[in-house]
Amino acid sequence: MVQKKPAVDAVLVGFGWTGAIMAQQLTEAGLNVVAIERGGWRDTPTHFPPTIAQDELRYYWRHEMFQETARETLTFRNNPAQRALPMRRWGSFLPGEGVGGSGVHWNGITYRFLPSDFEARTHNEQRYGPLPQDMTVQDYGVTYDELEPHFDTFEKICGISGRAGNLGGTIQEGGNPFEGWRSDEYPNPPLEMTFAQDRFEESARAMGLHPFPAPAANMSRAYTNPLGLSLAPCTYCGFCEKYGCGNYSKSSPQTTIIPVLMRKSNFTLRTNCEVLHVDKHPDGTRATGVTYVDAQGDVFEQPADMVILCAYQLQNTRLMMLSDIGEQYDPVTGQGVVGKNYCYQVMSSVQVFYDDAFTNGFVGAGALSMVADDYNGDNFDHSGLGFIGGGYISCSTTNARPIESRPVPEGTPEWGSAWKKAMRESFLKTTSVGVHGASMAHRLNYLDLDPTYTDAWGRPLMRMTYDFTANDRRMTDFITPIAADIARGMGGREIKINERTGSYDSMPYQTTHNTGGTIMGQSPADSVVNRYLQSWDLHNLFVMGAGAFPQNAGYNPTGTVAALAYWSADAIVNQYLRDPGPMVQA
Amino acid sequence: MTRFSLFSALPLAAAAFWTGSAAGSEELSFSQVERGRYLATASDCIGCHTDFENGAEPYAGGRGLETPFGVIYSPNLTFDDETGLGRWTRDDFYRAMNEGIDREGNHLYPAFPYPYFTLMPRQDTDAIYDYLSTLEPVHKEKPENELPFPFNLRQAILGWNTLFFEEREFVSDPEMSDEWNRGRYLVDGPAHCGACHTGKNFAGADVDEEYLRGGVLENWLAPNIRGGENGGLDDWSQAEIVQFLRTGRNDHTAALQRMGEVVVLSTQKLANSDLEAIADYLKTLDDDPREIQPSQDSAVMEAGEAIFFDSCAACHAVDGTGAPGLFAPLDGSNKVNSEDPTTVIRVILEGTQAVATDAHPGPLAMPAYDWKLDDGQIADVATYIRNAWTNSAPAVDAGTVEDLREYLSED
Repeated sequence: MVQKKPAVDAVLVGFGWTGAIMAQQLTEAGLNVVAIERGGWRDTPTHFPPTIAQDELRYYWRHEMFQETARETLTFRNNPAQRALPMRRWGSFLPGEGVGGSGVHWNGITYRFLPSDFEARTHNEQRYGPLPQDMTVQDYGVTYDELEPHFDTFEKICGISGRAGNLGGTIQEGGNPFEGWRSDEYPNPPLEMTFAQDRFEESARAMGLHPFPAPAANMSRAYTNPLGLSLAPCTYCGFCEKYGCGNYSKSSPQTTIIPVLMRKSNFTLRTNCEVLHVDKHPDGTRATGVTYVDAQGDVFEQPADMVILCAYQLQNTRLMMLSDIGEQYDPVTGQGVVGKNYCYQVMSSVQVFYDDAFTNGFVGAGALSMVADDYNGDNFDHSGLGFIGGGYISCSTTNARPIESRPVPEGTPEWGSAWKKAMRESFLKTTSVGVHGASMAHRLNYLDLDPTYTDAWGRPLMRMTYDFTANDRRMTDFITPIAADIARGMGGREIKINERTGSYDSMPYQTTHNTGGTIMGQSPADSVVNRYLQSWDLHNLFVMGAGAFPQNAGYNPTGTVAALAYWSADAIVNQYLRDPGPMVQA
Repeated sequence: MTRFSLFSALPLAAAAFWTGSAAGSEELSFSQVERGRYLATASDCIGCHTDFENGAEPYAGGRGLETPFGVIYSPNLTFDDETGLGRWTRDDFYRAMNEGIDREGNHLYPAFPYPYFTLMPRQDTDAIYDYLSTLEPVHKEKPENELPFPFNLRQAILGWNTLFFEEREFVSDPEMSDEWNRGRYLVDGPAHCGACHTGKNFAGADVDEEYLRGGVLENWLAPNIRGGENGGLDDWSQAEIVQFLRTGRNDHTAALQRMGEVVVLSTQKLANSDLEAIADYLKTLDDDPREIQPSQDSAVMEAGEAIFFDSCAACHAVDGTGAPGLFAPLDGSNKVNSEDPTTVIRVILEGTQAVATDAHPGPLAMPAYDWKLDDGQIADVATYIRNAWTNSAPAVDAGTVEDLREYLSED
């Protein structure tokens, strides 16, 4: 029997970054908000205090921060000709679970996408001519200029450490000269760099590139954000990605928003409750709420005037499908939009090994990097290259954690005494230059429901069909050698190039930057949500997250995900609430 | 159950009737009730008279107060006829506040801080009474006190009063400023700071020479809060004292469990002028110079330093300077340098959490180390932080840690 809860103004599905942002903005506007999170409550003092925060066995190996695959996972295949099989252990990406979502175990690298990234089709076709037919790249429908104030808001909430490269159109020495204009400097100065970043900077500069410090949600100093929450200076312990920060030094929903929310009488959080589907009104124009199941297996209906999907990208897409909202994408006909344009990222790297110099990679932070953005987006001329987009090239120091980190030079055996010797010699004397490449949408990369495998509730799993595209391969083949050139200039004994070749492999970790599936755009024919992240089908349904990206840029997505959430919240509060209905006429 | 609730509803209805008459036939003015609310807040009545643990109604009593003599349960201050103050008059209330005697003429245990409230003039106790009379009456019986013989005999209090209690009203010092006098009144009267911060004798009464020099209760150390030369708050500015009382944090420390409760329920809600007055008064209280300890055993210091570096330095910094406003600087800390190491050991053993206040809503905590460090290691690291940098305080031995560990495990 389904028990009915009292109606609220808005129900949020999932309580990570976008859930916390939406809850904060909507409760400030006076709405009564309920957030439903399928994982448990998590806070710094209770769940990842400094006495256990760096437990590699627990977090790296046993995946304590991540979604439980035994309860629900997804199936994967490279192309429609294959049979997809379930991923029983996470590898290539690591979706989070619990309060704070993946915002607890992220690195904290907080970029803004380039202005041209938001107009990928228009911009590139104007400059280089028509894109190939199978490249289903499109404009976001919202521009960088419109998002700028919201990027700024998020950076101040997080206390991002960085150096502006473009203040109001004026290029700033030492920042990223390619970035979009900024209305303000970062709230905190850049992190302290180490030996490796200094070598990278020298080498990149000698090549005529423009290195700058990565924008970091790791605190370079103590900071109190506009909501009155305080963050502590980073200790450079290097346990960010896959870990919660025990020192309050990494921005997360827990450290920057949630404590303020939990004190509000118009906010309610229900943990260990999983939303099964969005409920639709029989007239098909709006959602009436959501149906969820609690930890005891009791099923509830939560009626609400607005439903906002704030779960991870894969989950939001799946909920749309399970709720039968919008038309499922069909790769053969190209019709339908839900599940369309699944994109990922294309990573490669070059390791540098030193003889005498200590890089001391254990002194690190998730976003402790020097970066060159010269080969990202459309910051360089792509004429005759056969691809669009690019990626940033960076030298980061993090991850040198004793169980996980095993750097050895080219030609080292994979086990035995020679391996041990190489490990001993290399561990403190190595660094790496990475390429964080974009991923462009393709007709045959998509998400749908698996015909065979089901989750713990008997519902079909999400099926991912994905492989790197010709555009991706040309991009990585072009930029990886440039990264190798920088690496060669860093004064080491030797380098080792880790190219991205072959088909996409879902096991080795790459990035948790899955995008698309609920893409935004300018018409219902090519998108799931409009420029305000409002569903074209149900006007009171909004879908947050990287699922809205029509294709993925060569950056970490959190900054843009958050800016879109603030932009959408602003539209809800200032437009939608006054006159509920479609904010863009189809 | 149904029958029970039916009957228990009756006294509530009666109470509503009585409230009207008990509060006096004259109309209660808004300003009088507000004044009472403010004084009740300054006196932190809600703190002891609310059973927070069981989510009970504010001011309805039932909270167990641990004293060295046993557990005393606070009575119901709402105007319920049977179980609260419903039948009390303003005179009755004044007598309780002024003399520690209840409506039936029984002596109240001095866990109720009437030795401080006695300083409050009649118009202040009347205002509190008027405020309490506006609260929704709650029918709530108070549990029996858990006091062994002879403390269970209320006659014993008569003797206690003869020895330690003096009924008196606050007298201003004409030599000093109005602000200073206001501060002193608040500290010694309604806010009853000495109840925790003044050392007690065998009978739990304030020792005059120990006035605001720190005290131990429920195995917490309430630190020395004299703010003048050599006082515990010597290095706190007046503004920093105000900031601490207003927000629960300043560059020196954060309010932990017991004081945190006081900040949340009381001081953060007080007028800035009153907090400034309290700080002004405390800053005039000098103290004797601290005794410099002989240097500690170098093996202990070395072991302590190594433990500190591994387990503590990430937040408190290698040089003990912490992260002001977030992680307490240990160098120069009043709590760390205190002769009595109770709080230091306790915080290492069970960790602690800064309370969320209006100004600092976020959690901030130190984790427990009881599972990670043994008694000897905790003694070493405690001795180290008490004698590193500019600190100087008696060494801590493993036995003291063991005793506190045992006490805490019994909780």
